[in-house]
Amino acid sequence: MHHREPVIFELSRPGRSAVSQQPPAAKAEVPVSLRRRSRPLLPEVSELQAVRHYTRLSQLNFSIDTNFYPLGSCTMKYNPKACNTYAMLPEFLTRHPLSPESTGQGFLACMFELQEMLKAVTGMKAVSLTPMAGAQGEFAGVAMIRAYHRARGDLARNEIIVPEAAHGTNPATATMCGMKVREIPCAADGDVDIDALRAVVGPNTAGIMLTNPSTLGVFERRIVEIKQIVDDAGGLLYYDGANLNAILGMVRPGDMGFDVIHMNLHKTFSTPHGGGGPGSGAVGVAERLMPYLPIPVVGHEDERYRWLDERDLPESIGRLSGFMGNAGVLLRAYVYMRILGHEGMRRVAEYSSLNANYLLARLKAAGFDAAYPERRASHEFILTMKRQARENGVNAMDFAKRLLDYGFHAPTTYFPLLVPECLLIEPTETESKEELDGFADAMASILEEAVTDPAKVKGAPYTTPVRRLDDVRAAKQLDLVWKPGAS
Amino acid sequence: MAYIPHTEEDVRAMLEAIGAPDIEALFDEIPAGLKIASLPGVPPALSEMEVGRLMFRRAAQDGRPLNFIGAGAYEHHIPAPVWAITTRGEIYSAYTPYQAEASQGTLQAIYEYQTMMASLTGMEVSNASLYDGASGLAEACLMAVRANRRSKASRILVPRTVNPTYRRCAEAIAGTQGLVFEDLPYDPATGCTVMDALQPFEGQDITAVVLQQPNFFGQLEDVDAVADWARAQGALLIAVVNPTSLAVLKPPGEWGERGADIACGEGQPLGVPLSSGGPYFGFLTTRMEHVRQMPGRIVGRTLDLDGRSGFTLTLQAREQHIRRGKATSNICTNQGLLMTAATIYMALLGPQGLERVATACMARSAELVDALSAQDGVSRAFDGPRFHEAVLVLDRPVQPVLAALAAEGIVGGYDLGREYPELGHALLVCATETRTREDIDLYAAALGRTLRRAAA
Repeated sequence: MHHREPVIFELSRPGRSAVSQQPPAAKAEVPVSLRRRSRPLLPEVSELQAVRHYTRLSQLNFSIDTNFYPLGSCTMKYNPKACNTYAMLPEFLTRHPLSPESTGQGFLACMFELQEMLKAVTGMKAVSLTPMAGAQGEFAGVAMIRAYHRARGDLARNEIIVPEAAHGTNPATATMCGMKVREIPCAADGDVDIDALRAVVGPNTAGIMLTNPSTLGVFERRIVEIKQIVDDAGGLLYYDGANLNAILGMVRPGDMGFDVIHMNLHKTFSTPHGGGGPGSGAVGVAERLMPYLPIPVVGHEDERYRWLDERDLPESIGRLSGFMGNAGVLLRAYVYMRILGHEGMRRVAEYSSLNANYLLARLKAAGFDAAYPERRASHEFILTMKRQARENGVNAMDFAKRLLDYGFHAPTTYFPLLVPECLLIEPTETESKEELDGFADAMASILEEAVTDPAKVKGAPYTTPVRRLDDVRAAKQLDLVWKPGAS
Repeated sequence: MAYIPHTEEDVRAMLEAIGAPDIEALFDEIPAGLKIASLPGVPPALSEMEVGRLMFRRAAQDGRPLNFIGAGAYEHHIPAPVWAITTRGEIYSAYTPYQAEASQGTLQAIYEYQTMMASLTGMEVSNASLYDGASGLAEACLMAVRANRRSKASRILVPRTVNPTYRRCAEAIAGTQGLVFEDLPYDPATGCTVMDALQPFEGQDITAVVLQQPNFFGQLEDVDAVADWARAQGALLIAVVNPTSLAVLKPPGEWGERGADIACGEGQPLGVPLSSGGPYFGFLTTRMEHVRQMPGRIVGRTLDLDGRSGFTLTLQAREQHIRRGKATSNICTNQGLLMTAATIYMALLGPQGLERVATACMARSAELVDALSAQDGVSRAFDGPRFHEAVLVLDRPVQPVLAALAAEGIVGGYDLGREYPELGHALLVCATETRTREDIDLYAAALGRTLRRAAA
């Protein structure tokens, strides 16, 4: 079965329009030298044509609402409808960001309470909600570390230590903050190589960025020792919250000794991924970084909520957005946290770990190789397809593509880079045992196909709207905008 | 248990398969001393009904005052289909389209968006969107430093008529990489950038010049003159534009002899609700020659194994998950959901509809300025053509006036006092197509009353 939906411009006819969406004609003059001369290429379609077109496009996607989506490191759990419904109440939607605080006390109360709840679950002293995605939260975190050292006149501290398993955003962020990146290896058991860490820390160390549980799907067992080593060298500890879901309500980054953390609210607190954003990357800090928090932050005094800005936090690293960040996403996270409550937080860690360890056990029993077979899985785990690639010529990507034919979204492939032919699988706590069993059965079935009919697996997928795409052609013969006359 | 489907029997069977006595055992690699027993600070769970009641109450507390603020976020009519479709689970709950075969809907929508934004701004290529307009300017400045290879200075000229928050945001994000931002003054009569102010920079190494149209005051800048000056200096021109206005205003690609090099701005006016400041999206478009310096996701059309056309993320060699420390930016997401809303918005409005929105904005704004400046104690700050905002000067401090208006359910404008003290008691006001004659009369009458009351 193949679907194709025309590019919307192919549906366009001159003079057609969705009339009821237009305001009445008005008169206004733009001076000739500043005036647009020809109309932009926008579709001329009826309202029904637009509705049908974008509804059909939506049907070409896999999504959490339609498919199991075990994308490791992305925490693709159910996005409760209530979060969307209550964040989209008309009063919230129509509130202008610069309107007086007196007309936003209800909204600000939600934001203040969200800050407080995030402080509680992370064990940090203060929270700023303003970063608009995980990567911006990372930027804010490293910029605060930089500001801290500078304020002390400690200008030599220009190195950020990053384990090789880290997300690509960690080194990219460090570079954006004007830092040098020192990558350190991981030991064979998946933990950070402590000797390598000891060898790189020193008077140039600004800090270390750690994800714990790590991107290798295991808990960093020597975290207390790492904290001591970095502390002794005068560096700060940055917690990448990508995997906070695995320990929510169980262990807090603040108690592990981290100085700064970013949280991916679109992962742990179930705000939507939206086909690639909006994310939301709130940051939390220990006491010594409080003066540098990005602004604005919500304050509460004399029974009123208000924005704290440059006047309240003169040493802030500044503003990272036009207003206060992704407010509507934050409202969704707020609703989610209120529905879960404190008892629900811990269950997130418990059941996401139960699901991951169960799925790992099933897949091991089916003949797959775990990358770290001696370790407990966190809320995710890594399989390596090295053996299948060698014996049958079927690699991790082939498994991923073939899963689509079975109706499952692929796990994360080829990340972390240091595990060859890897699949990073994160089932999340909201999936049922039946769904996990179905996935394990599909994997077992593909494993069998890999032996009996490897060409079939290598040619997959067959049932999706398109088959494998020519990425080289895409990059060489750039076709980035539709042009009249093109098909 | 909220959103967790497990029965007791499931848990028993799963633990048995794992070979663990209980769930607690799954955490046995975590040092015991780090574990917490409870979570003070997070209230007990609520049912959906209870949370609903709370949220309705909070929303009602804020109400829906009549809004006359723009200053970077604009109230427009949002066609009903926009969010009805955008919140479909297939769009709302999908992830970044790494698996292209399973994400053709998202990818094709981005391709259509890129086409619309490139054409609207008069440029050749667009990325798949950035976080918002302010951070988008920061990315545009960093991009200009990469793209302008002749310049060694990392020096960016920023007129004071550029949204001051954009300027601060660019400093916060790009300042850590050594970019230097320098002010250009404005003409107190027209509220536009003074060409003479550029003269001292002639012959110097300038990486890029930023120009906002319409500018932060709502005034229309002489874009051709600034574009040509930048060109002559070997500086790139970064245009910050309002997408609605581009239905009637000359697009950045046509500014001056050769056009701007990078166009960016806040996409919120295109179907995204005000929502207290976000989520919005930033757009960024450029010429083909700079495409490899562009930050963010880009989608291209290509062929599949069977020779049929399809869409995929492309030029990923620029990005953090491939290049790590050497990436063009640390960005991994676009604002997919908002960009989708904007694409549907532009499809529903079409070229004629967007033009009508832009014209209506100008007409309503002109009516507003006439009605307000007819009140005693109110005057206009600047002459010259405008889009849908204007600066008014009051004969007394702005804050108490705004507070009095707010008490009558009117959000009367944005106080420019902190950013532009030299303008006196200056107030930035806006009217879009959503403000009716009645709304404007209501505001004018309330303002008149407030000013008379205070004078008495």
